[in-house]
Amino acid sequence: MKNSPSTDEQLEMHRKMAVVRRLEERLGELHKAGKTRGPIHRCDGQEAVGVGATAVLGAGDFVTSTHRGHAHYIGKGVDIRGVAAEILGRATGTCGGRAGHMLIGDRDKGMIGGNAIVGGSIPAATGMALSIQVRRTADVAMCFFGDGAAQTGICHESMNIAGLWKLPVIFILEHNQFGLTVHHSVQSPVADLSIRAAGYAMPAEIVDGNDTVAMYRAAARAVERARRGEGPSLIEAKTYRMQGFSTSDMGGYQSAADLAEWSRRDPLAVSRRALLDAVGAERLDAVEAGAAGEVDAAVEEALAAPLPSFELFTRSSPYATAPEAV
Amino acid sequence: MAMMRYAEALNRALREEMQRDSNVFLFGEDIARYGGVFKVTKGLMEEFGESRVRDTPISEQTLAAMAVTASMTGTRPVLEIMYADFMPLVLDALINQASIYEYLWPNVTMPFVLRTQGGGGAGAGAQHSKSLDSLVAHIPGIKVVAPVTPADAKGLLKSAIRDSQPVVFLEHKLLYNLRDEVPDDADFTVPIGKAKTVREGADISIFATSRMVLESQKAAELLAQDGISAEVIDLRTLRPLDLDAITASIAKTHHAVVVNEGWRFCGYAAELSATIMDFAFDDLDAPVARVTLPDMPVPYSEPLELAVLPNAARIADAARATLK
Repeated sequence: MKNSPSTDEQLEMHRKMAVVRRLEERLGELHKAGKTRGPIHRCDGQEAVGVGATAVLGAGDFVTSTHRGHAHYIGKGVDIRGVAAEILGRATGTCGGRAGHMLIGDRDKGMIGGNAIVGGSIPAATGMALSIQVRRTADVAMCFFGDGAAQTGICHESMNIAGLWKLPVIFILEHNQFGLTVHHSVQSPVADLSIRAAGYAMPAEIVDGNDTVAMYRAAARAVERARRGEGPSLIEAKTYRMQGFSTSDMGGYQSAADLAEWSRRDPLAVSRRALLDAVGAERLDAVEAGAAGEVDAAVEEALAAPLPSFELFTRSSPYATAPEAV
Repeated sequence: MAMMRYAEALNRALREEMQRDSNVFLFGEDIARYGGVFKVTKGLMEEFGESRVRDTPISEQTLAAMAVTASMTGTRPVLEIMYADFMPLVLDALINQASIYEYLWPNVTMPFVLRTQGGGGAGAGAQHSKSLDSLVAHIPGIKVVAPVTPADAKGLLKSAIRDSQPVVFLEHKLLYNLRDEVPDDADFTVPIGKAKTVREGADISIFATSRMVLESQKAAELLAQDGISAEVIDLRTLRPLDLDAITASIAKTHHAVVVNEGWRFCGYAAELSATIMDFAFDDLDAPVARVTLPDMPVPYSEPLELAVLPNAARIADAARATLK
């Protein structure tokens, strides 16, 4: 079993986190400039969870995500140009502008997909794991969900079924401390939600969610276990949401002390420190600059791309044959 | 052809489709070891094994969401929800999940079937007797079928399993013991979206699905005694609707009664009535009549329950009033 990333893999995770961070920062600017539509849910500070966990997956594995999924999308290999164009509502977006940033799905990459019904990603991945088990392949399904989603009924139902049937699913609890504006301590009587795993006969571990290497190692253990047919695992990744719930969040409920503490533990800084001796500052600078350039190019390309033209979706028509007029 | 009960016809359809395609699998409460509370899945776990025929925990919300994504990733799940009254629990999976992805995501299909049974007449009370057809027929991207005969039950279930879109398959608890001829042919299917004229008539058209087709046929007998020639159309599919069959019948009879065992307000009968107004208004000689459950819970005691369920007498009364 290979549990630790190579230097190249670690550098690639660093690059992907830099892509996501730049995307979030650009989206913040574009929102202020009035160039985005609807709320955008940034994941600044949480990049290591999605990027680190997805780094151990293969092409045949599936990922389900949340309304805050940019790190999951980029981690699973969805093209940044398609993601940027989708968020900007362009015809060239991953979903042709039909989905928007919360609901991006890319079947070819196994990212299906964003889910903005809180908790929806959990039974979604569990169902994919059931499909994998019925078809007897060695693939796995991985779902991301937050501490808010952990309080839904479908979270309990899904984990019970996954534990009962030993489904190949990895539950990644991206514990960012907030369900919208409400702090975790006001939503749950326990600080560590992973203690629930005992009730589902699955292993759990608490991981530093701001450390890609820790995320990679934990995910690798869980994925190997799932591929061996031994069932699900729960990884509680402790992290912190540095920006508001969305671009429409008025703020005022996150403490300055918490923000200062977690910014010291910024996942990009943690990753950079871990890589410094092995690859040197110059190469890290070049990787970060390359990532920023890639995002900037994707955003410029998207802004210049055509908006989609509307076509009625006739596959969902209520009539068996198209009526002449309504 | 073979004589069999409606439940056996469904069982035959499941069995044939599981033999035909190893990616078809069944899950639901009490369906494997016990064979289903209505015995539709009897013997299938023994034949196909515990991986493809699964008893589940009582977790409808999650089971339906799992059917959606299992169908997106290479299998054809058939989920049994024991009572249609539990459908509110699965609506998030249908409305916020299944109905959106074929539109949003390139190359995604969801070939799953959600079987359930509804309807009154068995003394099962207010939480186990409803017909909630309109809740599911309302949803774009979900097909809804409700066969009344054993042959249609078999043929439509096979079509539903082979379909590339989600299908909600509505059964009726009073139909499971109905016996009739059913084709043996493993390739026999009934197309989704095609209505069937079960009785030809010239004076008035009665449109119904599921058990209400039987009541409509009895109503046509009552009307015949009065010299009224009623045409009875079994819609078979609630969505997508066979509009051509509806408009062709009204072009002939110029009068319509729509029958549905669900509630009246915002119900499936209301949709049928509005659809007829949209597409056949010029052919109508009178307003469309609706026969439905009144807008109240289904009571338990026999005289109370019989007082609310649509039946042949009420359908015939509605037809006579329309023709006046």
